[in-house]
Amino acid sequence: MSVLDSVFIIFGMFIVTFGVRFVLFARAHKVVMPDWLERALKFVPVAVLTAIITPMIFVLNGQLTLSLANPWLWGASAAFAIGIWRQQQLLTISVGVLVFFLGKYLLL
Amino acid sequence: MRLGAMTSIPMLVGGLPFGILFGSLASANDLNVWFAVAMSSIVFAGSAQFVAIGLISIGAPIWVIVSTTFIVNLRHLLYAADLVKFVKHLPFGLRLFMGFGLIDETYAAVRPLYQSGQINEQTGHFAYIGSFVSFYLMWNGATLLGFMSGELIPGMSEWGLEFAMVATFIGIITPHLKRRPFVLAMVASAMASLVLNGLPNNLGLLLSALIGVLVGFVADTLVAKTLNVSKKGEA
Repeated sequence: MSVLDSVFIIFGMFIVTFGVRFVLFARAHKVVMPDWLERALKFVPVAVLTAIITPMIFVLNGQLTLSLANPWLWGASAAFAIGIWRQQQLLTISVGVLVFFLGKYLLL
Repeated sequence: MRLGAMTSIPMLVGGLPFGILFGSLASANDLNVWFAVAMSSIVFAGSAQFVAIGLISIGAPIWVIVSTTFIVNLRHLLYAADLVKFVKHLPFGLRLFMGFGLIDETYAAVRPLYQSGQINEQTGHFAYIGSFVSFYLMWNGATLLGFMSGELIPGMSEWGLEFAMVATFIGIITPHLKRRPFVLAMVASAMASLVLNGLPNNLGLLLSALIGVLVGFVADTLVAKTLNVSKKGEA
């Protein structure tokens, strides 16, 4: 790969990445969000974060893995249960990670 | 700024192995160290950088690399749309700076702080910048470290440190679940993400998120209508 190719790749990736992130912020003072959009947007965090982590939890090596030998499932279930019970993020994370590593070392 | 950085710590730990992995992948593909560092410091987009390395390794043309990056990063548009109301009064230069740092982790770390009232329109950008700058430093340091160490630490990607990110996201999701539309949004998004998991370029992720938002929105609308009807009934 030539130096010029490298520069084009970096520059092109920068333009589209920054463009997507900035386009709404750029005109933010003029953007007026309609009410229905505001109501829809409050579901964005839950929907996006769920869509990111669900395959990470359930798909191991390209296979849907619902077995008890999946430490991701153990850790995620523990974190989920604690998160529902006590809404304390740090507790949720610590218990989840602890159960994940216990599962990983006991199961593998 | 401190609050933003502190809130980001679990995801900083979770992201570190990814940064190291990125650096070591770049070196494994015989790319220049400057190229790897330039990508982390100028583009600054975790998953898109991995996809780009993959595409470069199979000799894909530049326009494919750039357009794939665009698709992979489209989800950031949703974040920006959600955050506009908190940043619209800020000066242009500051919004430019914040736009550059609008990554998954910073959105995930800072957005709940607005929700809980720990930060507001006046103070929020400090937490935001604290979060994104700490990620920026971590990501670039990790890239360099990964490139240097190359394959000195084999199997690091199998330690499972990235579970810290999963646990963090769960910690963000669960407080929302007291309300039924959010539960439905989560279930819909989760099921869709498993069904659509095979789609290329994070397209499944994007579609699943949209499905989740749509289901939540429709449920929310129905609940609002039922409430109105029952209020009228009482009156």
